[in-house]
Amino acid sequence: MSLSNKALQLDEAGRLLHFLTVDGLGREMLTEILDAAEGFTGVSERTIKKVPLCRGKVVANLFFETSTRTRTTFELAAKRLSADVLNLNISASSTSKGETLLDTLRNLEAMHVDMFIARHASSGAAHFIAQHADRGVGVINAGDGRHAHPTQAMLDMFTIRRHKGDFVGLRVAIVGDILHSRVARSQILALNSLGVSEVRVVAPRTLLPSDARSLGVHVYHDMEEGIRDVDVIIMLRLQKERMQGALLPSEHEYFRLFGLTEQRLALADSQAIVMHPGPINRGVEMESQVADGSKSVILQQVSYGIAIRMAVISMVIGAQNLRMQEMAR
Amino acid sequence: MSNNKAFMDADGVESLADEMAGKIQVLLNERQINDPLMIGIRTGGVWLAKLLHRKLGLKEPLGTLDISFYRDDFTRIGMNPEVHPSDLPIPVDDRHIVLIDDVLQTGRTIRAALNEIFDYGRPASIILATLVNRSGRELPIQPDIVGLHPELEQDQHITLIGPDPLGLVIGSETNRRSRTDEQGTDG
Repeated sequence: MSLSNKALQLDEAGRLLHFLTVDGLGREMLTEILDAAEGFTGVSERTIKKVPLCRGKVVANLFFETSTRTRTTFELAAKRLSADVLNLNISASSTSKGETLLDTLRNLEAMHVDMFIARHASSGAAHFIAQHADRGVGVINAGDGRHAHPTQAMLDMFTIRRHKGDFVGLRVAIVGDILHSRVARSQILALNSLGVSEVRVVAPRTLLPSDARSLGVHVYHDMEEGIRDVDVIIMLRLQKERMQGALLPSEHEYFRLFGLTEQRLALADSQAIVMHPGPINRGVEMESQVADGSKSVILQQVSYGIAIRMAVISMVIGAQNLRMQEMAR
Repeated sequence: MSNNKAFMDADGVESLADEMAGKIQVLLNERQINDPLMIGIRTGGVWLAKLLHRKLGLKEPLGTLDISFYRDDFTRIGMNPEVHPSDLPIPVDDRHIVLIDDVLQTGRTIRAALNEIFDYGRPASIILATLVNRSGRELPIQPDIVGLHPELEQDQHITLIGPDPLGLVIGSETNRRSRTDEQGTDG
């Protein structure tokens, strides 16, 4: 999949036509996204929180799966670029009337939409949409099945870079449900691509893919060992629906074994930061003292998410514009 | 850029900046403006603004503007990969501003800069000072203070290089085309 993704995501000049996965983009492009986001951070602090970069463009949020944080930050990002935004909560509309995904796309394209931001429960959905989208229409993956959630990974990288300055020499632990997490998958790819020294995953055996080591990570089943001396701790959300699958005994038991407490946090580096993609289950993944404590950067992740999404939206719209002009020549 | 010919060296630029600082001071006195906010436009405008800011001994810190998000040619040239955040250290509301750029040609950069400044607030006034004022205007924008009016052919372009040492170079149309991918040469 990575090869075809690369061909789909980048044009011959290396410009970002779609943003579907971190896989295959390489350190240079990831750094370009982070640098572009740096330029956008100030916009949210101004009197008029808008720049005219994407004025007149139409961005459609296609959410086949519910989301609050991701959808609203994508919406705000597009609006701060002066684009017009359509929010389509598809699970509640067309599909229930029997319209296929392709028909939905064709209808939106007939309305001259310039970009699709898609979230779908099936892995590969964003890739499928990018393959079938009209020329000049960019696609951003806002989460597809267990596969990828690249903008979440990039906002996490941005948060890490803002706090740690550089990736080289960092030890990062990702704790929780690695098996079902598209966030973890994208984070691991991005961290390794950006050159951190060590990526650890910390999880019970039932929540790890069997080939975890092939992702380029060190595997820990013991929380205390796993977070010892790390610079960054990324806690993943425990999806409660997994409880029914007998993968875990109980939330209480999970917290006892893998919950982040102040006591455990003391084992990490004294300057360590704590991250979480949200929404937090307090008392399941971490105790409130940690979530609200001085090492938590969870709310900054949300703010940085807007800057990262502004960067990706404008890069993709810019690249698509250029390609259309080149084809018109 | 190898076809570029040196037009003025660092000493020349320095003495132009001296003259400009003098003219800016006269204009500020005339208008009874005491503590203006000086803003340089990236990249060359910031280099020049640093010089002028020092020569005028201004109290307020220097602001910098990156107009990449305000360019009118985004759809033609795409995202500038090297955008720096604009930094206006104090609120612009009711503030007298001295806006500095290196070369004024089409007027499009200044148009973008004015739009960006107004997204930060409503300044009391804006004075425009540019090192070079040349032909090729496409918008009704004129500078208040100018360092130099060079006689240039239509296909020639003049660029401030720097930051250390500063200098002015003149090149021909062929390498101007490669320069338009970078920041701020659309005048």
